[in-house]
Amino acid sequence: MRMLINVAETVVPDALRGLAAAHPELTVDVANRVVVRRDAPVSGKVALVSGGGSGHEPLHSGFVGRGMLDAACPGEVFTSPVPDQMVRAAAAVDSGAGVLLVVKNYTGDVLNFDMAAELAEDEGIQIAKVLVDDDVAVTDSLYTAGRRGTGGTLFVEKLAGAAAEEGAPLERVEALARRVNESSRSFGVALSACSTPAKGGPTFELPPGELELGIGIHGEPGRERRAMMTSGEIADAAVHAVLDDLQPDSPVLLLVNGMGATPLLELYGFTAEVHRVLSERGVPAVRTLVGNYVTSLDMAGASVTVCRADEELLRLWDAPVNTPALRWGC
Amino acid sequence: MTDSETAATGAYDTAFFLRWMALVATAVEREAGRLTELDAAIGDADHGSNLQRGFRAVTTALAEEAPKNPGQVLVLAGRTLISTVGGASGPLYGTLLRRTGKTLGEAEQVDAGQLRDGLRTGVEAVAKLGGSAVGDKTMLDALVPAVDALAESFGAASDAAEQGALATVPLQARKGRASYLGERSIGHQDPGATSSALLIAALAEAAA
Repeated sequence: MRMLINVAETVVPDALRGLAAAHPELTVDVANRVVVRRDAPVSGKVALVSGGGSGHEPLHSGFVGRGMLDAACPGEVFTSPVPDQMVRAAAAVDSGAGVLLVVKNYTGDVLNFDMAAELAEDEGIQIAKVLVDDDVAVTDSLYTAGRRGTGGTLFVEKLAGAAAEEGAPLERVEALARRVNESSRSFGVALSACSTPAKGGPTFELPPGELELGIGIHGEPGRERRAMMTSGEIADAAVHAVLDDLQPDSPVLLLVNGMGATPLLELYGFTAEVHRVLSERGVPAVRTLVGNYVTSLDMAGASVTVCRADEELLRLWDAPVNTPALRWGC
Repeated sequence: MTDSETAATGAYDTAFFLRWMALVATAVEREAGRLTELDAAIGDADHGSNLQRGFRAVTTALAEEAPKNPGQVLVLAGRTLISTVGGASGPLYGTLLRRTGKTLGEAEQVDAGQLRDGLRTGVEAVAKLGGSAVGDKTMLDALVPAVDALAESFGAASDAAEQGALATVPLQARKGRASYLGERSIGHQDPGATSSALLIAALAEAAA
């Protein structure tokens, strides 16, 4: 496996040095692995801090900026960051209005953020937490670690970030983040495994002519392996899976997300199929975002995320955002 | 055999616990590739490299801070793992060592019974933190039988941990990332139980 890296051990700090070079509007602490918007702490504003394993770029560091996150803590590849990073990030961005931690529901992330929340509260920082668990592929929650946080994380960070920017207090931002998570569902498909720098090769074997349905974002195999399907058949499977679970009675925000190695040409073709299935189900997509946002290194494939949209969420979605990966209205 | 009639006798001092941690670090270096391979099958292919990073940091921290008693050795090792590993294994292994160390207190040396009680407290803290039990295909499948067998001897504990790790193969994972696979997690040995068996084997080696 050829990778555009120096050595596997330094992929995360190397990328952070690049992020700093490209984005002077961010303060990047490479040694401590904390990315902060330069104007933080923003007076009177609730701060949003997220983080997670690296390998999902632009999530989360690419979402730091006005209207979204105040800070991000990148961990090693596919490995939750450590509590020290999160406490440092919370202290750097807290204006006194409190900090909302956006945590994807993975055992490691939950354990480390829980430890960090306790330590930050000891330092006098008011902390709230929202757990993102939007992935419908994990069904039997009693016998698993629970649903995974995937594409819905983008909606939580964007919409709660916009609410915080408008000046909403911590309880309101937290309640909104929770509502967005409860309104979001995702389903992902892999056409190839991804290769982690540590392993130097694919994380699982996928024979030619087959695909994985119900994948997560860490190179883990999915729930089911099938013979290769067309873009239209994949859209049928993914959209039915999310809509059967969400049962939306309103229009939705739609994210058609690439896993990292699928060309935009294919992703837009897939978006057309997703829209076809949504309209067959009578569910209009009022906003559609297409691109590589919550990725899994060099995995080929895509995920579909829908979020029930009411007037408030639509207004917050359209609100200005200025980050490396999402930018509009400013 | 009751707890008082233990075959694992003797006193264990700071040097013993430093030796244990050094042997764990050596074992992790040696087995990192295998741990990562096991993790690739049902997880995300980084268990070996994560523990490698953690125990390298433990080796450095123990050399720099020169802890003065067994409890301090384990508390420092645990704290270092929490600060450097991340993922689930950082908090879980960190808690195991930290809580075991706290239970040992400030004694200059501890006997086999104290060590066993300390480890049992540490293992119980891991179960509570992870919300898991024996049979869920986790670290506990190696650690719980090991602590039970420690009353007999270090060798028996090491064998029990190894057997416990092997016995995870037919289990379906209920916790952690492997649980997302459902029935597809069956047929693979759990990486966390495997590294836990390395930890206990290193303990037996330190006592030999």
